[in-house]
Amino acid sequence: MQRSFIAKNPSVLIFLACLALFTLIVTVLSEGLGLGMISTSFIKTLGKTLCLCLIAVAMDLIWGFTGILSLGHFAFFGLGGYMIGMWLMYERTRLIVVESLSQAEIPPTSSEVVDAIGNQIFGVVGASEFPLIWAFADSLFLQLLLVVLVPGLLALVFGWLAFRSRVTGVYLSILTQAMTLALALYLFQNDSGLRGNNGLSGLQNLPGVEASQDVVSLWFLWASALALGLGYLLAAWVVSGKFGSVIRGIRDNEARVRFLGYSVETYKLMIFTLTACIAAIAGALYYPQAGIINPAEIAPIASIYLAVWVAIGGRGRLYGAVIGAAFVSLLSTWFTGGQAPDIPLGFYTIKWVDWWLVLLGLSFVAVTLFAPKGMGGLVDLWTQARAPNRHGADLGPDDSALREQEASK
Amino acid sequence: MSTLLEVSGVSVTFDGFRAINNLSFQIGEAELRAVIGPNGAGKTTFMDIVTGKTKPDEGRVIWGEKSVSLLKMSEAKIAQAGIGRKFQKPTVFEDQTVQENLLMALKKPRGWLSVLSYRAKPEDLDKVAELAKEIGLIDELTRKSGELSHGQKQWLEIGMLLAQEPRLLLVDEPAAGMTPQEREHTTDLLLEAAKTRAVVVVEHDMEFVRRLNCKVTVLHEGSVLAEGSLDHVTSNQEVIDVYLGR
Ligand SMILES: Nc1ncnc2c1ncn2[C@@H]1O[C@H](COP(=O)(O)OP(=O)(O)OP(=O)(O)O)[C@@H](O)[C@H]1O
Ligand SMILES: [Mg+2]
Repeated sequence: MQRSFIAKNPSVLIFLACLALFTLIVTVLSEGLGLGMISTSFIKTLGKTLCLCLIAVAMDLIWGFTGILSLGHFAFFGLGGYMIGMWLMYERTRLIVVESLSQAEIPPTSSEVVDAIGNQIFGVVGASEFPLIWAFADSLFLQLLLVVLVPGLLALVFGWLAFRSRVTGVYLSILTQAMTLALALYLFQNDSGLRGNNGLSGLQNLPGVEASQDVVSLWFLWASALALGLGYLLAAWVVSGKFGSVIRGIRDNEARVRFLGYSVETYKLMIFTLTACIAAIAGALYYPQAGIINPAEIAPIASIYLAVWVAIGGRGRLYGAVIGAAFVSLLSTWFTGGQAPDIPLGFYTIKWVDWWLVLLGLSFVAVTLFAPKGMGGLVDLWTQARAPNRHGADLGPDDSALREQEASK
Repeated sequence: MSTLLEVSGVSVTFDGFRAINNLSFQIGEAELRAVIGPNGAGKTTFMDIVTGKTKPDEGRVIWGEKSVSLLKMSEAKIAQAGIGRKFQKPTVFEDQTVQENLLMALKKPRGWLSVLSYRAKPEDLDKVAELAKEIGLIDELTRKSGELSHGQKQWLEIGMLLAQEPRLLLVDEPAAGMTPQEREHTTDLLLEAAKTRAVVVVEHDMEFVRRLNCKVTVLHEGSVLAEGSLDHVTSNQEVIDVYLGR
């Protein structure tokens, strides 16, 4: 069974091999365990990029395959980060507090310890009590569960309301943006219980771990690569069979799928929730590498970038999403990190820090207009050079009644 | 012959315009029926009502020997109950192969979990191949359906309907845009299908309807104008005035 799945989808194997090779090479060149040619901060950038690739896979599932342009998946990503961040921050603060209180003559009671942790964590927002949402913050296991449960539940409830009322297209996109904005605004408040605009910080320090960041950064790189590999495998499996047929059918002609007897709303809800959970896992791996999470990360624009990555990489093919996310986000780091050389025009100097977004926007428009298959389309050029042109262009839903020749007129 | 579908006293208003006006219609098991009428008579809207796409303002739509009302059911539930529909403009999934299209339509559990774990068994593929042979697409199984000709797409859609194994087939203008030979094949498909189930065919082409050789219902301004054999309705003066005479 498994063998035939791989045999039918050779791109999966190629992708996994590339990912493994990449991880191996980076490890060998790393500062922590290898030749020291790649700095730890760049290892972190690469690890974070893998997480972004994972959420791009989720985005491709929901948008490229199911045709739902969700502009809210970074909300789930951020929530995943918050959930793991709570434990990281709690546990690390607890260790510090226990350490400092152990100097005292009378051993502290457990409620004193908790109070001291609360003081430490919530001092910045002028509180010291633990809000209810921190109830499980002392348990790594429970917080890990919450990484999936909280975003999953939010997606389930939101999706149920939206899909049940048959909200589709642009209206659904707007609704997901509204959800994202509402969540970000809520988290910005000091009494949201998650430290307002300060967010959670110091997440790069794993409590109780002595190893240096040089090594920890590699652990996270491996974990991110593993998560991306598994996520990719899962996504490829989901879209390979009849389920994949049904969701692509929903993308191309939702009404037709309904009249075949499939409950379109249920399928949309399931894929929306699944992708939210994948996004959350990606977030939970991303923020410990970033070290800090705050509500600005959930800003609506982040989710729009995600759509841009997937569009540039090529919708409807999983490796396209990965390529797009990796390429654009690394390029963006390069441009906005001040590494790209300025271009003096004599009368004006193009500073990439300012102009990068313009360039990105223009590329997005150009890709949408001239290369709707994105960078993944380049792979087609290569395979088509060897296989005869069989036509079968991807006609959009509105053109589906047309023949290819008619549609191209 | 027991009644499979009974539509009675149904009316629909779109923005004040009565598209369906107190329409009543019955069809039995294993019956072939042609529905004709001028443009805008409400033929497609009638199918929309039966398949749950449009909810009528009043009236009843009763289905099967258990006499369940279709009005409260979702489109997917109605389809699962055994009503298949072919649209006026052919809608197949262009981006997928003929085989994938047929597999998706094949009568199997429709729930997301069983679909997720579904992998085509040899007998399913045989069934698909058999259907493909019937609709004349056996050599096109692995082609993307977007590559098919207009007529082939129409057949594929009919094939998808048959794969669903519905008890009632609603077919909206199956012969539109077909060559005479293609029409003949389509007639055969429909006549064959009607041996084991109820089939309602909407068609403008009188020659096509004549070849179906069945009872005819004439719709006009949202209600039934005449019903009976083709010769009977074509000799009806009212029918000549509103439809044939033009
Ligand atoms: N969703 C809708 N909103 C408004 N008016 C509608 C809607 N659907 C149908 N109508 C109107 O109802 C009338 C009946 O339309 P219908 O499509 O059922 O006709 P028809 O008999 O199928 O015609 P044709 O032979 O052209 O396919 C038409 O006047 C049409 O404009
Ligand atoms: Mg019509």
